[in-house]
Amino acid sequence: MDVIALSAWDLGIAAALVCVLSLLSLFLSLGLEWKILIFSCRMTAQLLFIGIVLRFLFASGSLPIVLLMATVMLFAAGREVLARQNLRLKGITGYAIGTGAMFVSSFSVSLIALLVIIGVDPWYTPQYAIPLLGMLLGNTMTGVSLALDRLTDQFYKERGGVEQRLLLGQTWQEASSDIRKECMRTGMIPIINSMAAAGLVSLPGMMTGQILGGTPPMEAVKYQILIIFLIAAGTGFGVISAIWMSGHYLFDNRHRLCLERLSGSRIRKR
Amino acid sequence: MVQPSSSISPPQNNSCRLRVEDLRFLVNGPYTFVLKEGECLGLSGQSGVGKTQMLRAITDLIPHSGKILLDGVPSTSFPAPLWRSRVTMVPAESFWWYDIVGDHFSTEFDTEFLKEKLAAVGFDKDVLNWQISRLSTGEKQRLALIRGVCNTPSVLLLDEPCSSLDGYHTTLTESFIFQYLRHHNTSVLWVSHDPEQLQRVAARELCLEKTGLVEKTV
Repeated sequence: MDVIALSAWDLGIAAALVCVLSLLSLFLSLGLEWKILIFSCRMTAQLLFIGIVLRFLFASGSLPIVLLMATVMLFAAGREVLARQNLRLKGITGYAIGTGAMFVSSFSVSLIALLVIIGVDPWYTPQYAIPLLGMLLGNTMTGVSLALDRLTDQFYKERGGVEQRLLLGQTWQEASSDIRKECMRTGMIPIINSMAAAGLVSLPGMMTGQILGGTPPMEAVKYQILIIFLIAAGTGFGVISAIWMSGHYLFDNRHRLCLERLSGSRIRKR
Repeated sequence: MVQPSSSISPPQNNSCRLRVEDLRFLVNGPYTFVLKEGECLGLSGQSGVGKTQMLRAITDLIPHSGKILLDGVPSTSFPAPLWRSRVTMVPAESFWWYDIVGDHFSTEFDTEFLKEKLAAVGFDKDVLNWQISRLSTGEKQRLALIRGVCNTPSVLLLDEPCSSLDGYHTTLTESFIFQYLRHHNTSVLWVSHDPEQLQRVAARELCLEKTGLVEKTV
């Protein structure tokens, strides 16, 4: 079965619904009418653009172009992780830690999936590689940014307790172990929760898309299970390595807590 | 209870325990002084001059330059955690990170010894099961002192150890520190704003200024 192609009219009807919502916002004075319209247009433009990019990518299918696309995605995700933190790790290291953690986890898990599990030939076939990496990066990004935001916040708030533990002769690993464990949990909880809800509460988007595209439900489900496993593993590895690296960054070799390596609005306000 | 008196003097052994040479941190220094074995040295100075920061520098919690030697061995040749358990600072404000008092004390520690120390500063043995949220500031301060001596450090850096205590508990704590120092031959650097207290407990007193130390004649 083939996908029914959508015409401009079809999209126009759906867009009209959003226009109605915008009018409703005006009558209810929610103040959202312009936001709804502007962000609808922005979303449309972004997706049309990526549609063009993907068409080009799929047509060429060459390794350097796939790698270029993957790199762009990685750096965009790294920027997003930094933007979501209230207190940031200073300088290039702050950017490198988030990006590095996502690189290690998302790229390695994607490679395993492409080479070993799916076994697509060649392994960088963009129809598989790019969506897979995109889903992994998106979820790892959420986990890593949650965990790092919590980590910097906790070290800032609990610095008295951490320094007290250092004063009693604990190593930085011991003095920060509770905080680091808590942050790793914070980063992994969303994916664990989404595993619990998958299928019962929510039908995962990728599976829904495949079913709409005509894939038999059982095949779609198997792909979805694979993706969730990959996401869980990727997020977990990403969160653990990000916390591990930031721990090293926030303490020096004499086991001192170096909060001057954090920057953010809250430090300046106080 | 033994009352501390002006008779506190260094025990027989007068050898140098802690030697601080040209210590600089932040905009302070250079400071040079010696702490003898079993000696209690008072440290006073205006508020904000950097007394607490000096203790933090000596225990290697903030970056500093200069030399600090314990029994002739420089601090840099100790791993930092070991140095801090040999040269232990007890800050004026204590922090607690678990719910129960006892969880903050190392389990390897001899419990009889611990209970004896706790009793000496006015706690009954049940205190280890108390909730942290139940403690008053003064109780926390006394418990933090006991927690600090658990590693049996060679040098104790006390930052206003009696700042939140009433008269009765101040006397109790002073005599505890005095007895502890005699018993373990520990050296103490005692920061206080109270000149009378320093006269009671310290054999010598140094006054901290931004650029140096002035020895006060007691």
